[in-house]
Amino acid sequence: MKTRSIFLSVVLASFFVMTISFPVWGAKTIKVGVIGPMNFMQGKGHWNGALLAQEEINAKGGIQVGGKKVKVEIIKADSNEFLNITDATNAMERLMTKDKVDFVVGGFRSEAVLAMQDIAMDYKKIFLGTGASHPKICARVAENYDRYKYWFRVTPFNSRYLVKVTLINLATVSGMLRKGLGIEKPKVAIVAEKAMWIDPMIKAIKANVPKMGMELVGIWRPSATATDVTAELTAVQRADAQIIFTIFSASVGITFARQAGELKIPAAVTGINVEAQKDGFWAATQGKGNYAVSLSTFVRGVSFNELTQPFVQKYIKRFGELPPYTAVTYDAIKHVLARTIEEAGTTDAEKLIPILEQTEYKGTGAPKTKFDKNHDLVFGPGYATSLTIQWQDGKMKAWWPNGWEGVKYDGMAPYKIPPWMIEKYKK
Amino acid sequence: MNEEGWPGSHTEGDMIIDIIISSLINGSVYAILAIGFSLIFGVARIVNIAHTAFYMLASYWIYFGTQTLGINPILCMLVAIILVTLIGLISYKLFIDPIREHEGAVLIGTIALAMVFQEIMLISFGGDFLGVPSLVEGYMKIFGVKVAYQQLLTFGVVLLVLAAVWALLLKTRLGLAIRSTANDREVANLMGMNESRVALITMGISVGLAAFSGAVIVPLKIVNPFMWMGPLIMMMAVVVLGGLGSIKGSFVGAYILGFAESLVVFLIPMGAYLKGSVALSIMILVLLIRPEGLFGVAFEEER
Repeated sequence: MKTRSIFLSVVLASFFVMTISFPVWGAKTIKVGVIGPMNFMQGKGHWNGALLAQEEINAKGGIQVGGKKVKVEIIKADSNEFLNITDATNAMERLMTKDKVDFVVGGFRSEAVLAMQDIAMDYKKIFLGTGASHPKICARVAENYDRYKYWFRVTPFNSRYLVKVTLINLATVSGMLRKGLGIEKPKVAIVAEKAMWIDPMIKAIKANVPKMGMELVGIWRPSATATDVTAELTAVQRADAQIIFTIFSASVGITFARQAGELKIPAAVTGINVEAQKDGFWAATQGKGNYAVSLSTFVRGVSFNELTQPFVQKYIKRFGELPPYTAVTYDAIKHVLARTIEEAGTTDAEKLIPILEQTEYKGTGAPKTKFDKNHDLVFGPGYATSLTIQWQDGKMKAWWPNGWEGVKYDGMAPYKIPPWMIEKYKK
Repeated sequence: MNEEGWPGSHTEGDMIIDIIISSLINGSVYAILAIGFSLIFGVARIVNIAHTAFYMLASYWIYFGTQTLGINPILCMLVAIILVTLIGLISYKLFIDPIREHEGAVLIGTIALAMVFQEIMLISFGGDFLGVPSLVEGYMKIFGVKVAYQQLLTFGVVLLVLAAVWALLLKTRLGLAIRSTANDREVANLMGMNESRVALITMGISVGLAAFSGAVIVPLKIVNPFMWMGPLIMMMAVVVLGGLGSIKGSFVGAYILGFAESLVVFLIPMGAYLKGSVALSIMILVLLIRPEGLFGVAFEEER
C-alpha cells in the first residue's frame, strides 16, 4: 500500500513538473502577446486589431516559416496602465515567463511603456509599440543599441512631430479666418490640460504664434479631469479669442467640447483633443462637440492606400466602432511581423531585426511604414502623417493633410468655422 | 497679455460677476454632497468614504436608463434615487452596521466599498467616458456671462433640496430625533430613542442625497468609474472646513471653496489646475486658526 502511494505521488509530481515546464504542449504556434489597458478603448483597440490579424493569417494556414506554415496565437495581457504601472510590468513579466510569448505588441502610456520595454528587452523579445509617443522610448535604442534593439515603434509618430502638425493646422485655420472673415491678426487662446507632455508643446506654440502673425491672448491650464470649464470659457470669451488651441488627452477634452458647444463660444478650434478621436465622442458630448478638432489615424472613407478602408470597414462591421490608432496592432502583426518572419524564414529575433530595420512596409495606418535608425516611425510625405479631424454635424471628417507637401488622401473634407463665429465676425 | 497669462481686455467689473456666478454654481454641487456626508457623520459618526461612490452609481444608472433602455430622464432620476438609496441601506446593514463602533474600520470599509462599486462599473461599462443629455438645452446671459440652462436648473433644484433637508431637520419629529442623536447619542438613547433606527434612516437620507446629486448633476459631468474621487476630496474639504457634522458649516464651506476655485481660474489662468489645491490650502489655513472648522463644536466641548 505504502509503495503504491509513493508511486502515485511520484507520478503526480512528474505531471506537475511537466505542466509547469511546458506551458503549451507542443508549442506549434507563434505566440504574440497583446498588451494594453483592456478595460479602456485603447486596449480594446490593441486586442481587436490583433484579433483580426490573427484570424486573417490563420485563415491562410498561418505564417510561412521556412518550409512549414505556423499559426499565430495571440495572448491577451491587461496592463491596466492607466491606473497602475506596476500592473503593466507584472502583465509583461507574465507574458515572458508564464505564457512564454515570442513577440509583444501594444502599450499605450509612455511611462508604462518605458517600464514594460525594459522587461521585454531583458528577455530579448521583439516589442512592437502601438500606442506611446514619447521620444525617450526610441532614444534608448540610440543610447544602448544592443539592449534596446528589440523595440520598434509602429505607431504613433514621435511626439515632437505633434507640435509640427498642430502648428501647420493653426496656420491653416488662421489663414481661413483672414480670408473668410477678414480677421487680420487672429487672437489665440491656448487651453491645455495640466500634464507634463504638454509643457514643452505650450512653450513652442507660445513662441511661434506671434511669428505666425497672430496674437496670444492667454493660456489656461485646467486639470486633466476637470468636470467644469465654464469659468475658463467665460474668460476665453472675455479675452475675445478667435482661435482656441486645445491640448487635451483626458476627460477634460469632453467637458471642454461639450460646454464650448453648449455656450456657443464664437471661436474656431484647432489642436489636439484625444477624446475626439473616438466614435463615442459625439454621444459623450451629447452632440455638443461639433467643430472639435484632433489628430487621428482612422476615419471612415479616408484611405492612406488600398489597404486602409477594407480594414476600417471590417473592423466597424465586427466591433461596431471606428478603430482607434492602437488597432494598428493589426499592421504590426499582419503586415510587419508576418512579412518579416516569412522573409527571414525564422522567428529568431536576431535575424529579424536587420530586416525590420531595412524594410519599407505597407500597412493600413500610413501610406508606407519605415523605421529610422532609432527604430522610430518615419514621419513625412509618403510615410506616416496622421490625419487632422473635425467633428461636423455628428460625423468625423478629416481635413488635413489636404495638399500639404503634395500629400492628398482620398475622402478628405474642408475645415468648418462654427456658424456662430461666422455670425459674429461676418461683415 | 501679462506674465501670468491674464488677458488685458477683461474689466474688473466683468470679472467679479464671472467669479460670483461660477462660484454659486460650483458651490451648490459641493453643498448637496457635503450635507449628505455631514449628516451621517453627525448622527452616527460614520465617515462614509463611499458617499460619492453612491453618486457615481446614480450617474451610471441614469446613463444606462436613458441611453440603453431609453427611459424618460425624469423617471430615471426617480428610479435612481430609490435604487441607490436601497443599495446604500443594504450596504449599511451588511458592511457598515456590524463594524460601526470602530470608526477606523468603518473608514477603511467604506473605501473598500467604493472601490468595489468602481470595479463593478469598470467591468460592466468599461473605462470610457460617457455622457448624458441635458434636461434643458441652451443658455442665457446673466450680466453678460453665458450660463447654460442645465446649470441654472441644477442650481435651483439643489437649493430646493437643501431647503427641504433644512425643513426636515428643523420642523419634523424625525428631524428632532436626528438632531438630538447627532447632539448626544447616549442621551438620545437613554431618552428612549432608537438610536440605530435613526442611524439607518439618516443613512437612507444621506445616500438619497448622494443619489439625488448624481442624478441632477450627471448631465454636467462625465460618467466614468473614477468620477467619485474628485468630488470626494472636495466634499471632505468642505465638511472639514465647515466643521465636521455641521450642516450649516457644510453649506457655507461649500460656497467658500466654490468661490476659492473660481478665483483661481479667473485670477491665475495658467494655474487653473491648482484650483483644488488652493481650496484645500484654504481649508488647512482655517483649521490652523480654528481647528474645529467654521461651525464645528470644539473638540474639548464635545468630550
